[in-house]
Amino acid sequence: MIAEGGHYALVLALGLALIQSTVPLLGARWRDGALMNIARSTALAQLLFVALSFAALVTLHVTSDFSVLNVFDNSNSLQPMIYKITGVWGNHEGSMLLWVSILALFGGLVAAFGNNLPLSLRAHVLAVQAWIASAFYLFILITSNPFLRIADPPIEGRDLNPVLQDIGLAVHPPMLYLGYVGFSISFSFAIAALLEGRIDPAWARWVRPWTLVAWIFLTLGIAMGSYWAYYELGWGGWWFWDPVENASLMPWLAGTALLHSSLVMEKRNALKVWTILLSILTFSLSLLGTFLVRSGVLTSVHAFATDPTRGVFILLILCIFIGGSLTLFAGRASALKQGGLFAPISREGALVLNNLFLTTACATVFVGTLYPLALEVLTGDKISVGAPFFNLTFAPLFVPLLVAVPFGPMLAWKRGDLLGAAQRLMAAGIASLFAIAVVWALARGGGALAPLGIGLGVFVVAGALNDLAERVGLFRMPFATTLRRAVGLPRSTWGSAFAHAGLGIALIGIVCETTWNSEYIGTMRPGDVARVAGYELKLDGQSQRQGPNFREMVASFTVTLDGERLSVMTPSKRTFTTRGMSTTEAALFSRGASQLYISLGDATADGGITVRIYHKPLVLLIWFGPVLMAFGGMLSLSDRRLRVGAPKPARALRGLQAAE
Amino acid sequence: MTRKQRRLTMIGGSLAVLALALGLVLNGLRDSIVFFSTPSMVAKQHIAEGRRFRLGGLVQPGSLKHGDNLAVTFDVADGDAKLPVSYNGILPDLFREGQGVVAEGALDASGVFRADTVLAKHDETYMPKEVADALKKQGHWKDDYVAKAGAAVNKAGAAVNEVGAAVNEAGAVAPQAAARTGEGATR
Repeated sequence: MIAEGGHYALVLALGLALIQSTVPLLGARWRDGALMNIARSTALAQLLFVALSFAALVTLHVTSDFSVLNVFDNSNSLQPMIYKITGVWGNHEGSMLLWVSILALFGGLVAAFGNNLPLSLRAHVLAVQAWIASAFYLFILITSNPFLRIADPPIEGRDLNPVLQDIGLAVHPPMLYLGYVGFSISFSFAIAALLEGRIDPAWARWVRPWTLVAWIFLTLGIAMGSYWAYYELGWGGWWFWDPVENASLMPWLAGTALLHSSLVMEKRNALKVWTILLSILTFSLSLLGTFLVRSGVLTSVHAFATDPTRGVFILLILCIFIGGSLTLFAGRASALKQGGLFAPISREGALVLNNLFLTTACATVFVGTLYPLALEVLTGDKISVGAPFFNLTFAPLFVPLLVAVPFGPMLAWKRGDLLGAAQRLMAAGIASLFAIAVVWALARGGGALAPLGIGLGVFVVAGALNDLAERVGLFRMPFATTLRRAVGLPRSTWGSAFAHAGLGIALIGIVCETTWNSEYIGTMRPGDVARVAGYELKLDGQSQRQGPNFREMVASFTVTLDGERLSVMTPSKRTFTTRGMSTTEAALFSRGASQLYISLGDATADGGITVRIYHKPLVLLIWFGPVLMAFGGMLSLSDRRLRVGAPKPARALRGLQAAE
Repeated sequence: MTRKQRRLTMIGGSLAVLALALGLVLNGLRDSIVFFSTPSMVAKQHIAEGRRFRLGGLVQPGSLKHGDNLAVTFDVADGDAKLPVSYNGILPDLFREGQGVVAEGALDASGVFRADTVLAKHDETYMPKEVADALKKQGHWKDDYVAKAGAAVNKAGAAVNEVGAAVNEAGAVAPQAAARTGEGATR
């Protein structure tokens, strides 16, 4: 009954979405407030029914109802409860249901908290939101129904893919989807603005919080996914330039550009057309990511199933939405009035530069990701584009961007003073040169690039601090004044300082990890000692252990540094009986931001075991940086200008609102 | 500056960055892409020594040998031909004899493929797509892989067939490729 109920709720949600995608538009055309308001009720009702449907699937997984195909394929009664729940989205059908649930959640939030929006804008936004929702409900109902029954129910399920049986699955996909799908709101706002044919700075202010929320979650989602890959796959790598990773990086780059360009639009009423285009592109890239991951054109951990009808269906959705929105953009964009003027050297100019580099970097990732697919379709040649390509293209484009980051906030709006900004950045420059000199002197090996990279990272971090110091008048004024100024500083200023500093910190981590990473690979027998980066790791022994749905072989290592016993590390190798698969559970030992990493290979015939031990200096900074960026985003989100008073529609719309 | 000058500066700057990016991309595509090949393609094509490519096929049963210091040798076969591969390091969790594998590296002077990367697969029903396509093209797909997988995981048979169908679909581009490499003739 629960499965049928969930299925039925999803069908009802589709019905509501179809109403929501048409009636409010007619209402806006006829200036009928009641019809426009239908969007609000249907969006909330849609959220209710999708939530019911999702809850139904969760219930089926929790109760291990193997008469449902999806549960049979991806669950097992012995599985710990947490993996029974996360297994809901650890498969194609369930993850698509999560996707639409989050879409409905965002729609519901706009409906619930969008009371300050002009009525017709809200109606348009929710209608566009419902178009997307309808397309994906149809996709689920026609090609990927998670509630299918099996005629003669088996007693036991086939278990969740062991690689996915990890706490990472509880965090990474929901975060990533909150990011991906969150950009649908700025997309809907952009389409609504084009449909209405008008756009003003207030528009940017309404969109900003939604873009920011999506960006925060996407940032955390990508960082979490990277850390998960790092400790789960056992190779110690944190970014593989895998097409699926690129699929999440592209919307992040475009979304970051969007955050910055919408700032120009909000403050200076300029870059309107560009901001609209970026909103469309960002969500299009999210859709593209969904297509790449879910259609089965790529094979990776993320591609759960390869069913051609699904690929064709998503491709269809992709073409309709991207093609349609870009056509609408081409037709309507010229009607949008150009806004404020600014000199090339100015805050606006700096933000344009930021956008230029971010979108270009995004384009190179796009080429590297899709070129092999295009080539295979056109010529049949199979090629792979890997890390070397991205190192050669992405990195050179990001370096000038990072150099420019500290200058941006130092420049004034309209017309800036580059020389003045450079003078005020003196402290950051000195810190950076000092860092380069110190690293150069201390580092043994690694070439000239590493100290320069670290210097750049320090420059970005110090530049962010420098900006704050300038604003609060640190050392130039009495301490009490400085403190008062610091308290009075807008939260968004603190936010951007944190986010920029996070970028520098991540860069320092990346440079350190890639340059001074040391590793030991070899066969060890009990009693053997491996030496890595000054640490001594002694293999004490191995033991067998029985887990809930796996057996594992645990090796125990004692870690000592200069004779001092630091810790015991226990990497293991698990064998999952149901699927006959084994996974490697790496052991991690953190000291400061550096980590020791042990993963086990196969046992050899003579009683030894192959091990891989890494010492990764400052590796944790790679993920601490994005966390700091997300924290900056949250600070910015709590800025009072986004909450208080400010979002007022431009004059011409007042008449419409009075009709409410 | 006048409005026009400002606009020109902006457009000029953008074009400069785009030109830079285009140069980087073309340069990158020339130097760092890696082609995919199977043992029978290698036998016919004469790939230069030291040229990097990806080799895909099935690990020949009985050919896996462990040497000292994590040295591993095995043969990769695709029905017609086989190619010896040597690798130094830990093989992925799911590396097994008789199963699909993709290795990246280059041929050495003696014709041995020296792999520096052996790609893992993530699932017991998963076969690297390139390998599946290549085997399908040569007619080895059904008997070599699907039958075995079908027998091993009874219920999963349906799922594997589905994969087979997907590969069929993808195989639409195969005749063209086969003609180009000249291996269509041998089948």
